[in-house]
Amino acid sequence: MVLVVVERDGDGTLTEDSAEVLAAARDLAESLGVPVGAVAVGEPGELPDDLVKRGVGRLHLLAHELLTDGSPACLGEALAGLVADLRPAAVLAPSTDRSTEAMAWAAAELGMPLATACTEIRPGDDGPWEVTRERAGGVLLEDAALTAPIRLCTLRPGSPSPSETAAADEMTVHVVVPELRASVPRARLVERRERAAGMTLTTAPVVVAGGRGVGSSEGYAVLEELAGLVGGAVGCSRVATNNGWRPHADQVGLTGTRISPDLYVACGISGATQHWVGCMNARSILAVNTDPEAPMVTRATWAVIGDVHEVLPAVVDEIRRRSGR
Amino acid sequence: MDVLVCVKRVPAVGAEILLTADGTAIDTRHLGFTIGPHEECAVEEAVRIAERTGGSAGVLTVGPPETEEQLRYALSMGADHAVRVDTPETDPDPEATAAAVTGALGELPPYDLVLFGEASADAGHAQVGFRVACALRRPVVGGVKGIDLDGDRVLLRRESPEGVEVHEAPLPAVAAVLEGLNLPRYPTIKGRLRAKKAPIRVLDGPGATGGLRTLRLRHRPEARARTVVLGHGAAAAPAVVDVLAELGIVP
Ligand SMILES: Cc1cc2nc3c(=O)[nH]c(=O)nc-3n(C[C@H](O)[C@H](O)[C@H](O)COP(=O)(O)OP(=O)(O)OC[C@H]3O[C@@H](n4cnc5c(N)ncnc54)[C@H](O)[C@@H]3O)c2cc1C
Repeated sequence: MVLVVVERDGDGTLTEDSAEVLAAARDLAESLGVPVGAVAVGEPGELPDDLVKRGVGRLHLLAHELLTDGSPACLGEALAGLVADLRPAAVLAPSTDRSTEAMAWAAAELGMPLATACTEIRPGDDGPWEVTRERAGGVLLEDAALTAPIRLCTLRPGSPSPSETAAADEMTVHVVVPELRASVPRARLVERRERAAGMTLTTAPVVVAGGRGVGSSEGYAVLEELAGLVGGAVGCSRVATNNGWRPHADQVGLTGTRISPDLYVACGISGATQHWVGCMNARSILAVNTDPEAPMVTRATWAVIGDVHEVLPAVVDEIRRRSGR
Repeated sequence: MDVLVCVKRVPAVGAEILLTADGTAIDTRHLGFTIGPHEECAVEEAVRIAERTGGSAGVLTVGPPETEEQLRYALSMGADHAVRVDTPETDPDPEATAAAVTGALGELPPYDLVLFGEASADAGHAQVGFRVACALRRPVVGGVKGIDLDGDRVLLRRESPEGVEVHEAPLPAVAAVLEGLNLPRYPTIKGRLRAKKAPIRVLDGPGATGGLRTLRLRHRPEARARTVVLGHGAAAAPAVVDVLAELGIVP
């Protein structure tokens, strides 16, 4: 069996990432000649109907009050027990924080390796399997040999698009009550606050970001103004965060946020690899930079060579002039 | 309170990454080294906790002697003792790293809180902290962006897809933290001088290896067209707004 750890949204439906992992699992299972199973936490809801259409014939539902508190380590412990019982050929999970953490704990408990952030899995005949995984947030790809009786992998979204999936004949649902030892000290979720509605760096269609070239925290006023005019959000580089010009929540990059807006406007940002991984999935990039050789400029879709504080005010004026605002 | 931070020496790559001829590693001949930003925040937090509680802030790394450069950096930020677990590999498999850290924690005096970065800045396996917590049967929380001490327990704040979560863990505990937890200080000259002379305790590594072995590194294929230069300075504004209009971003 190829076992898939599936996640659900707040309303109980399968997440997009989980659907992608299921598709990849389906291809892998076919090449191995084994069925696909899934594991989830909580009540079945619509999940069995949805999964059967995606070729899953068996769903394991983990039921335990400790699992409703959202602690990934607990989930990992429950998962390790299930995996030890089922002995699947592979366990695949989305590379979200929650699933990665649960898989890490499970891998430790099982005494097995875990390949995270995989983009491809190639089963070996007898020897080790080969995986391709993203390193450093995806700047580099790594081909690695994975030697284990059960191959544990988390998958990055955007893995090669799956072939047409045949529905499974039937669905059996197993409710599994994991043995979570009371003697183990655990972290417990004690408070949950919903994020205020509104645009975030990840949802904004346009992100206007500034780096060292903006020069000061006051310098971001013109970026705010442009972002306001185009219905976008403001982002920044790590230099801006480190200088205290912007909050870390605005930082784009490896240790900030990874975004994929329709347009990324990079102002006074050189394009270091650790920044680039955060914006490389933007549909288009406009770079504003005094240096025509800056990597951000040479990789952008469009560029303006010049000082941020001359170019942006002129762009803002031009937008206002044309729209009569 | 006694806090230990686990850090990794990684190459500080610029805008282009060169690979070694055999393609298995980054060519570091012309590069400096650093610790990741997540770990820098972990060191800063440990130093603040030690200052506030009158405890200690230790720093640990797994690797060959040259990794002591990163331990000294953490010492210059205010950590008060450093441990290197000696292994020959510069980029060990995450199982091997976790085994080395777990072994060291068995030999060292007990710590109330062990901090890791969420993921190393080079390999990014994102699992060592959880493996160590599992081996030691300690509570663990990942993605941590806020730490509050409250007697014999710790409150750990993290982001979730829906918003913010606060987890409570009894001490001793483990946390994997993210940049943004705090704004790390720059080392002072005094700190640097002290760090230069500080002793570093060296422990033998377990010599364990894991089941994940790097075969080769590759650059991601880039599919971008050549850059269109819209103009220079303020004079480029109309061309920029034409592009915005074409994209449907402005009317
Ligand atoms: C492990 C690790 C993780 C990291 N994670 C991140 C991350 O998540 N995000 C991130 O951003 N960085 C990250 N960094 C830092 C990264 O390596 C760079 O140092 C950083 O991105 C540089 O920011 P910058 O482009 O603003 O500054 P610089 O590299 O200094 O570039 C400034 C640019 O502005 C241009 N410029 C200067 N003045 C003007 C002007 N008046 N008008 C127009 N252009 C001007 C210059 O030509 C230059 O291209 C990380 C580093 C490491 C080692």
